[in-house]
Amino acid sequence: MKNNKITGRLLSAPYLLWETVFILIPLGMVFYFGLTDRTGAFTLENVLAMMSAEHAKALWLSIGLSLASTLICFLLAYPLSMILAHMNVNQHSFIVLIFILPMWMNFLLRTLAWQTLLEKNGVINHILEFLHMPSLNIINTPAAIILGMVYNFLPFMVLPVYNSLVKIDPNVVNAARDLGANELQTFIKITFPLTLPGVISGITMVFVPALTTFVISKLLGGSKILLIGNVIEEEFTQAGNWHLGSGLSIVLMIFIIFNMVISAIFDKNGEGNML
Amino acid sequence: MKKELINLIDISKSFDGELVLDELNLNIHENEFLTLLGPSGCGKTTTLRIMGGFVTPDKGRVIFDGQDITSLPPNKRQLNTVFQKYALFTHMDIAENIAFGLKIKNKPKSYIDDKIKYALKLVNLEGYEKRMPDSLSGGQQQRIAIARAIVNEPKVLLLDEPLGALDLKLRQDMQYELIRLKNELGITFIYVTHDQEEALTMSDTIVVMNQGYIQQIGTPETIYNEPENAFVADFIGDSNIIDAVMLEDKLVSILGTRFACVDTGFGCNKPVDVVIRPEDVELTSPEEGSLQGVVSHLIFKGVHYEMEVMAGGFEWLVHSTQMFPVGTQVGIRVNPFNIQIMNKPESEDEEATGIEE
Amino acid sequence: MIKTTAQKIYVGLIFLFLYAPILTLILLSFNASRTRAKWGGFSLKWYAALFQNREIIQALWNTLFIAFVASLAATVIGTVACIAINGMGRRKRAVVMGITNIPMLDAEIVTGISLMLLFISLGLKFGLGTILLSHITFCIPYVVLSVMPRMKQTDASVYEAALDLGASPVLAFFKVVFPDILPGVLSGCLMAFTMSLDDFIITHFTKGAGVDTLSTKIYTEVKKGIKPEMYALSTIIFVIVLLLLFLVNKSPREKSDAAIK
Repeated sequence: MKNNKITGRLLSAPYLLWETVFILIPLGMVFYFGLTDRTGAFTLENVLAMMSAEHAKALWLSIGLSLASTLICFLLAYPLSMILAHMNVNQHSFIVLIFILPMWMNFLLRTLAWQTLLEKNGVINHILEFLHMPSLNIINTPAAIILGMVYNFLPFMVLPVYNSLVKIDPNVVNAARDLGANELQTFIKITFPLTLPGVISGITMVFVPALTTFVISKLLGGSKILLIGNVIEEEFTQAGNWHLGSGLSIVLMIFIIFNMVISAIFDKNGEGNML
Repeated sequence: MKKELINLIDISKSFDGELVLDELNLNIHENEFLTLLGPSGCGKTTTLRIMGGFVTPDKGRVIFDGQDITSLPPNKRQLNTVFQKYALFTHMDIAENIAFGLKIKNKPKSYIDDKIKYALKLVNLEGYEKRMPDSLSGGQQQRIAIARAIVNEPKVLLLDEPLGALDLKLRQDMQYELIRLKNELGITFIYVTHDQEEALTMSDTIVVMNQGYIQQIGTPETIYNEPENAFVADFIGDSNIIDAVMLEDKLVSILGTRFACVDTGFGCNKPVDVVIRPEDVELTSPEEGSLQGVVSHLIFKGVHYEMEVMAGGFEWLVHSTQMFPVGTQVGIRVNPFNIQIMNKPESEDEEATGIEE
Repeated sequence: MIKTTAQKIYVGLIFLFLYAPILTLILLSFNASRTRAKWGGFSLKWYAALFQNREIIQALWNTLFIAFVASLAATVIGTVACIAINGMGRRKRAVVMGITNIPMLDAEIVTGISLMLLFISLGLKFGLGTILLSHITFCIPYVVLSVMPRMKQTDASVYEAALDLGASPVLAFFKVVFPDILPGVLSGCLMAFTMSLDDFIITHFTKGAGVDTLSTKIYTEVKKGIKPEMYALSTIIFVIVLLLLFLVNKSPREKSDAAIK
């Protein structure tokens, strides 16, 4: 018994050290920099800077776009997951694969490819023209950013929802039908509530990266549209004001933590995991 | 005879090109406890699911109370199902589970509350309204699954191996519980199981199935005492199934020894199968027996001794309250009434279809 | 019938959405014209040019090296971590798991800047080393995520039985537990490799001047215009992965036993 304990400590020590050095301390440093000024004195200025007109605008825009893309991801992913779940029970790994596969082509290139597709003389407009439909001019607008977000993060919504759907015992659905519920009632009262952990997990997985992205906005939004991610990135890489960058990040982290807490409450058993 | 409630007419069904049911016909009466019994893959669950509306037959009709319900969805059918592994709604508490069907039908709240109370009392789980399904034992979950089905006052309750996940003791208790429930409710129970003991204990009628065909329909006594073919004899209880020749009416040659029997009409010198239940084999002193042999195995089983006796080149299974140690020379005697003669199947296929007519 | 057709169309459209950019990139890699705006005819010249382009090849090696080392290190650390976590009490386990998941659930930009601040404070020189440390850090949760469920399924008594039969704990682990969790370890490793390969944001904050991975190289090229060699390279990578996956899927798989009774 005692021997076990020592082995356990020996096994866990390196990892606990790793976690501390590379996860906890760095996060602590963000807080340290965010709550001090250049002289090292405590200040809330960096955090409160979020309320300035320019930063607030970026934050609200980020929230708006990420909420919109999360909603669209949900609306696209849920029916898709239902169809996939009904198709064949034993295709699980294949379906995961199909959504992971695009990641093997560089994320930046894939997003850039949308420029080619969306441009005024791009592929999509050629097709629309051919079909005698009005052309689509969304490149360098918030709509293009939303599209980029949905494109990049849709798999993060599909996989947890799909997983929670295939986990439902088909007899539970049968039982609802047996007790007199029609298909719609069965969905509302049984299927959807049972997939809620997956949905919440999907929402977290889409909302957080969408809220904090600076790449998608840079690639598809032109240079005019600034999201909060772009603001923070510029503070670090161009302006060199780590204190301000960290302060703004703290505000962002409040959103993220709020999001994580909600998903933790709904997903006690880890049912909504992606894999 | 009681009124017929369900008629399955020429039902066929295949999955992925594999025939699971082949032109099955079955009539089920009001207030009957009918058991579909057979090994896994025999089509019993499919038959039940066709009645429940979860599987559409490729061919044939399902008549319920005189009406064709073949294409009716499950929610429009007046029968309820108790599923394998219970299929409770894990995101609802017990009261919500039981109320589910009634709420769908927009019953008034007071009616629903009364029904929940009544159903929980019926399954001996009073006061469990606010518990969650996950917090109950397997046996309790099973009772809730039954309660959830019966509050809807179905004319027929379909039970799909409902006791399969329970341990032996609990299973036996639940068997009595189910008989009591059926008598109290006065409705038809259609029960699927692969456990022959369960079937014998509870049923009014047993339907033995194998490979998509009905092998025999009858009361537990008939099925046990007069199996119509080797499959039924082998599946129901332990038995000695022996190659034999029917010499003439009421005389059969078993392992070269003549035995008197009571069956007639098999013809002369016809090869047959003979079924003798282990408890019907009498062990005597060698001189008194029709056949002589040696005890090769002995196990004490509580109620009786289980012995294996090597006699005439066949290993006889014998149940007896009398003990004969291993190595004892014994005689074997069988009462003519206890020798069950069956036609030999002419081919593999025949074995399955043999007694459909 | 109509319903299933509509479903198929829907699934098809979603896959078109997911794969259209990839098709576009593949097409562009064969485009003789230097700009992506117009089609200049079929050509393989960018594939030839790719191997002459020192910078891109260097970035490719960096990317592969980082992904390989980081995923391997993360797999070892993550698997050992799983064993350790599995042996912990409930409370401690929840806390450790919570911290483990931070790099996965947290925004990448926050992980990136927090590691950047750490490396600055430690006075480390920014380069391959800092990128590696960061990649290992964000890869570990993917390994833990896929090994942990396997670990939980593994019957503890099997391990105890091995000990009972005279195996040392280490031997018992490798003979009995490891084969059981191996699928989880492998898929975790693959996941980590993929994540490392595709990462841009964290690398962006933790790389030093002069060291580039494919992602950061592409990012710096965005304004000037992407070199078509990049399209050629990513097409090659994609096709290789596709072939590998095809081969893996061709190998005999366990027969699916649909539970139809």
